[in-house]
Amino acid sequence: MTDNTDKLVIGGRVFSSRLMVGTGKYASFEQTAMALEVSGAEIITVAVRRVNLDRSKESLLDYIDPKKYTLLPNTAGCYTADDAIRTCRLAREAGMSDFVKLEVLGDEKTLFPDNEELLKAAKVLVGEGFTVLPYCSDDVILCKKLEDLGCAAVMPLGAPIGSGLGIRNPYNIKIILENVKIPVIVDAGVGCASDAAIAMELGCDGVLMNTAIAGANDPIAMADAMKLAVIAGRLSFKAGRIPRKLYANASSPLDGMFL
Amino acid sequence: MHIILNGERSEQQDGLSIAGLLSGLGIGLERVAVEVNLDIVPKANYDTRMLSDGDRIEIVHFVGGG
Repeated sequence: MTDNTDKLVIGGRVFSSRLMVGTGKYASFEQTAMALEVSGAEIITVAVRRVNLDRSKESLLDYIDPKKYTLLPNTAGCYTADDAIRTCRLAREAGMSDFVKLEVLGDEKTLFPDNEELLKAAKVLVGEGFTVLPYCSDDVILCKKLEDLGCAAVMPLGAPIGSGLGIRNPYNIKIILENVKIPVIVDAGVGCASDAAIAMELGCDGVLMNTAIAGANDPIAMADAMKLAVIAGRLSFKAGRIPRKLYANASSPLDGMFL
Repeated sequence: MHIILNGERSEQQDGLSIAGLLSGLGIGLERVAVEVNLDIVPKANYDTRMLSDGDRIEIVHFVGGG
């Protein structure tokens, strides 16, 4: 049973779904639209790119109703604060919304964040009234700095973007959760439903993924699995797990034994 | 006049506005952003902002991404 009062609030907006989904890498726009629908996601990421001047090509928003989703434009492909800031300003003009997923990459091979440039960009963008959701390293000191700058959430990586390696350092995520007050959303690294459930069981406020769904053999089925995993993980976290013990503890009573 | 449109040289008539450029390209106004020489042009100014020879124009929109 889903708790209808358990809402996620980011930048003053209220969301029921804690699964955020990217819109890249699908086989077709029809498949993108179907996966988003099945995932139940309310926040979807998009990239900002040049319009194809050959208008014979269709565009994503021909298939996705922007009124139905909160579009979260990203700054994917930006390696400097200046490029990321420029991209965010264009995104705001194109989408008429202040929400941005801020990522400033440090290296093409790892796609790890350049946290120094990230902090610079976050400071400028918060000052310009953006609702900033930064993709960042799983580092509590950095996350606290992003919170102090006025970011609306922090989005530490579970593992490198598109790697599917899962939550590689759950203890770092736990430390972040215990030390920042803004929502913590694991962004990147999820490979399968159990990875998403682990993030939620740690107490994360949400999970953002793209490749895990779009790259699955059956993206629509995986979107469904991820939806259920995020709900299950959240319920499990809120229910409170039993402590881990090294030895057994019988579930059946010893009283009344007749042997 | 010549402008640089999304990175490519493009021949356009003199006295063209942003609105005129977009209309000629068959691009709707609502889901794009336009930059002229690195300055974003607000949608409200598309009719009045005229282009000049040598302007560098970027027209961007949202595509699939993670």
